[in-house]
Amino acid sequence: MAKLRKGVLKRVLKQIAKYKWAVAATLFFALLTVAGTLAAPVFFGQVVKLIVKSGVVYYEKIFEKFIILAALIAVTCVSQWVMSIINNHIAYCVVRDVREEAFVKMQYLPLKFVDGNPVGDIVSRNIADVDQFAEGLLMGFTQLFTGVLTILGTLALMFFYNWIIALVVFVVTPLSLFVAKFIAARTYSLFKKSSEIRGRQTAFIEEMVDNLKVVKAFNREEENLQKFDELNEELTRATLKSVFYSSLTNPCTRFVNAIVYALVALAGALMLVFATPLPIAFDVGILTSLLAYANQYTKPFNEISGVVTELQNAVACAGRIYDLIDEPSRKPDLPSAIELKDVKGDVEFDDVSFSYEEDKRLIENLSLKVKSGQRIAIVGPTGCGKTTLINLLMRFYDPVSGEITVDGHSEFNIKLKSLRKSYGMVLQDTWLKSGTVRENIVFGKPSATEDEIVAAAKAARSHNFIMQLPQGYDTVIGEDGGNLSQGQKQLLCITRIMLCLPPMLILDEATSSIDTRTEQQIQRAFSDMMNGRTSFIVAHRLSTIKNADLILVMRDGNIIEQGTHEQLLELNGFYSRLYNSQFAI
Amino acid sequence: MRKLLKYFNGYKLQTFLAPLFKLLEVCFELLVPLIVASIINEGIDGGAGWRYVVNACLILIAFGFAGLVSAVVAQYFAAKAAVGFSKQLRRDLFKKSQSLTYSQIDNIGASGVITRMTSDVNQIQSGVNLFLRLFMRSPFIVFGAMIMAFTVNVTAGGVFAAAIAVLCVIIFGVMLTCIPLYKNVQRNLDSVTASTRETLTGARVIRAFCKEDDEISGFKARNGKLTRSQKFAGAVSAIMNPLTYAVVNAAIIVLFYVGALKVDGGSLERGDVVALYNYMAQILVELVKLANLIITVTKSFASAGRVKEILDLPVLEVSEKDVERGGGAFLQFKNVCINYGNAAVDAISNVNFSVNRGETIGIIGGTGAGKTTLVNAIPHFYDLKSGEILLEGVPVNEYGDGKLREMCGVVPQNAVLFNGTVRENILWGKEDATDGEIMEAIKTAQAWDVIDSKSAGLDEIVEQGGKNFSGGQRQRLTIARALVKKPEILILDDSSSALDYATDAKLRQSLKELEYKPTVFMVSQRTSSLLHADKIIVLEDGKVVGIGTHEQLLKDCPLYAEIHYSQFKKEGA
Repeated sequence: MAKLRKGVLKRVLKQIAKYKWAVAATLFFALLTVAGTLAAPVFFGQVVKLIVKSGVVYYEKIFEKFIILAALIAVTCVSQWVMSIINNHIAYCVVRDVREEAFVKMQYLPLKFVDGNPVGDIVSRNIADVDQFAEGLLMGFTQLFTGVLTILGTLALMFFYNWIIALVVFVVTPLSLFVAKFIAARTYSLFKKSSEIRGRQTAFIEEMVDNLKVVKAFNREEENLQKFDELNEELTRATLKSVFYSSLTNPCTRFVNAIVYALVALAGALMLVFATPLPIAFDVGILTSLLAYANQYTKPFNEISGVVTELQNAVACAGRIYDLIDEPSRKPDLPSAIELKDVKGDVEFDDVSFSYEEDKRLIENLSLKVKSGQRIAIVGPTGCGKTTLINLLMRFYDPVSGEITVDGHSEFNIKLKSLRKSYGMVLQDTWLKSGTVRENIVFGKPSATEDEIVAAAKAARSHNFIMQLPQGYDTVIGEDGGNLSQGQKQLLCITRIMLCLPPMLILDEATSSIDTRTEQQIQRAFSDMMNGRTSFIVAHRLSTIKNADLILVMRDGNIIEQGTHEQLLELNGFYSRLYNSQFAI
Repeated sequence: MRKLLKYFNGYKLQTFLAPLFKLLEVCFELLVPLIVASIINEGIDGGAGWRYVVNACLILIAFGFAGLVSAVVAQYFAAKAAVGFSKQLRRDLFKKSQSLTYSQIDNIGASGVITRMTSDVNQIQSGVNLFLRLFMRSPFIVFGAMIMAFTVNVTAGGVFAAAIAVLCVIIFGVMLTCIPLYKNVQRNLDSVTASTRETLTGARVIRAFCKEDDEISGFKARNGKLTRSQKFAGAVSAIMNPLTYAVVNAAIIVLFYVGALKVDGGSLERGDVVALYNYMAQILVELVKLANLIITVTKSFASAGRVKEILDLPVLEVSEKDVERGGGAFLQFKNVCINYGNAAVDAISNVNFSVNRGETIGIIGGTGAGKTTLVNAIPHFYDLKSGEILLEGVPVNEYGDGKLREMCGVVPQNAVLFNGTVRENILWGKEDATDGEIMEAIKTAQAWDVIDSKSAGLDEIVEQGGKNFSGGQRQRLTIARALVKKPEILILDDSSSALDYATDAKLRQSLKELEYKPTVFMVSQRTSSLLHADKIIVLEDGKVVGIGTHEQLLKDCPLYAEIHYSQFKKEGA
């Protein structure tokens, strides 16, 4: 674990190394800022010394000090601002780089990873975690370094002025550290507990509000409120503790500060009262400076302990995003891979076996020959491997053994992009990009003319509803299709394919959300589209596949029957049972 | 906002005491520079001796300790009040959320309600907490220091007043400038989030179209925009610290100058100058805290506004009259129109039909025809725009929602199960159902094999959203959940869409054989599911275009015939 963190830390440093000049600059300005902040009380102290008593005030010298002070303050201010700007630059640029790396990675992750991890989790890594990382970096740069410098500088100056007082302060220091650490440790575990309870409560709220319609249908409002009250009570108790403990930090450190302050005043004043015969130059002016230092001495301790937790958090978050970046990419194209051109559409499965998990076998020793231009329909119960076949055709997943060939070339030996461009795919899961309707239609063919777009939309029966949208083809649709109905989204997906018409087609429940009337209307367009193109069709509604050249009936990963609709009915097997059951009572 | 104040009820004492103790702490803190001044003036310059110094320092520590004690007490009361406030607020919100009507949920969206109940309430809680702790402390230190300065010397007090004015202008100026800048940052971050989400949800399509490079360049543009806005907002807000530092130190210089003149003239002592210097230093820290307090409180007010939107939603009038169920048709729709909020077109309009007890009614129509709306109106999930629905002669809204829904078994389109065991889920239908009753319902719903396939049987854990069950399994369990209460009216809203034809047929058969003969409303896309219904209602764009049996409709209703023949080849055609 510690070793792992070290690895992440190294990685972070490497990421920052790109901005090494900026880092050097910020260190320089931090030094300048701290020096300026520490020097000011020295000169203010000297001014106090020059104001002795009535009639004894050295104006000229005081003005000299004032000029020095003005210059000092100006330099401190400017360098502090410059430092902040550079820090922002480093932190935000590093974060930009990390986000970009992660995003590029997402394009090359094997689909197995994308399918196997919740989208929300990956998104939160690239957004929330990276944000936390930025926060930590920024705080680290602005507060850690200046904080440490301030403490060291203050101590050094105190020792320089009066080592006895400095020693007093130095001895009390651990107390401050101890208090901060004690509270931080308590608070951490309390916060963890209350955030765990809050998580449970949020899950409950989500469940019951998301499905409010069911709750109301079953009159469960009272029971839910009872359960909510229990959780709420638990949360309240835990939160009270965590909020209270965390709010103790400031008063406690203020108290430690008060002790330091009193001790400095005591030691200083006593030395002046007794006029100790020590070889130390000491006067009221210096005492004033020392009191000012005592005031700002404990503040950085607070900040540093805050920064340390923040940094630990940041490193943990960085670890999560680096885990994503380090995921293995999909296999690159073989150097010998060819560009698929003028596709005829002969597809062959040669002894293909595949499974998503090693111990759960799915497709075994599948062999199949599809001739150019054939329509292949795939039917079977849920989970029989229909969609898996499509995953293999598109090389979203690679077979465990065996191979698939297109026009006689092994899929492994074809450039991935040229393979995928040869297929036009419409899935049940209708994904649209946020953007205008037009942008979505031309997704596969950005160079399409207006006439081509409208022609495709008319063929796919989407033209009418598009024209009814507020801005027609220029209507912006939100993330994931926004306010379009499921059926409308599916029509747009079909239009998208109608426009670019690749040499082979894959339709996976492409019309499942379209009512049967509209489906029939676009069926002809589909037929035209499939004419001469090798097509793979997965469908629930058996009526849509009756015209296929070959129907594959799948069960548990195997093709158990194949033939035309009539042949399969004659066979009187699984298919005919499936087909006839729709007429049953 | 006044409406939210009532959530302080029960915590009034704490709400009152927290700032009071905070004030006490401030008083102790404000006395410190005076004591230091007296150490210098009397102890050192005045020759009062070491005893005086030691006593003064002991008093300093005593004040520090007294400050600590009052602060701890104050923090406790503040935490108690804030946490109690949010507890009561959250409870009311949850209660309210459970009473929202279907159309209210449709309008606000579930996620809107959830964020208000979680992050908004948390924001309000920290706002209240910080407010109780600081609204006395920070202004008191700032203005207290100023008043103390006035007591030391009027001119010096004037310098304080001027410095505070300038500091306020700077702090609020910078803050106000930053608010829109940070909103802009948030917008840009949202766009980066959206792009990340989209590239993942669309991974298949993006790869199928080979658009990876376009995705990356699109992301780079958005990401770059975010970085630029972050840097700009950061640079502007970072100007606050150096500027305030400069103002405070400039004020100290002026103070020393004034002090020098006064000491020279004999109206001030040197220790007083040191005290003034210390007060000025205190101001800076507290002003920054005050600024933060104002930011937090502003955010809390925004959250409170959002929370209030929910609390202010009108509650549906529920009449709990004892109604005399009359005779006539079992259920009757009379000129029913329903409109979701303010849509231009009614979801269903002028629907008329009547149903006898024990009949099975099929409902069919294209996407968006109003099928779900129609069946949801029966248990009064939606208010009618006009017309009425009579159950045994009495309008459904007069039954009282609880009683009415007791009579109805609803299987929603979206098959939702809840976190818990299978048994707990089925018990939603009937609190005190025996295992025998549960199994009976499960068998009728054709879900026996689902239970049989799970090792724990009825005690199998259902994960949130029922993720560990397939769509078809969930659908059958939700049917069982509705059947276990033996409802008079059973509403199946496209509830067999995930079932294969054979299971669907078996389900229909077993529903027919139920002893208690419920009146069944069955929404479906498949005409084959409705073949044997007593009556089929055909909907198009919210209007009834045909009512009758399968055979009648095939003859008289072109739309129904078209739907049917799109699924089955015409005989002999």
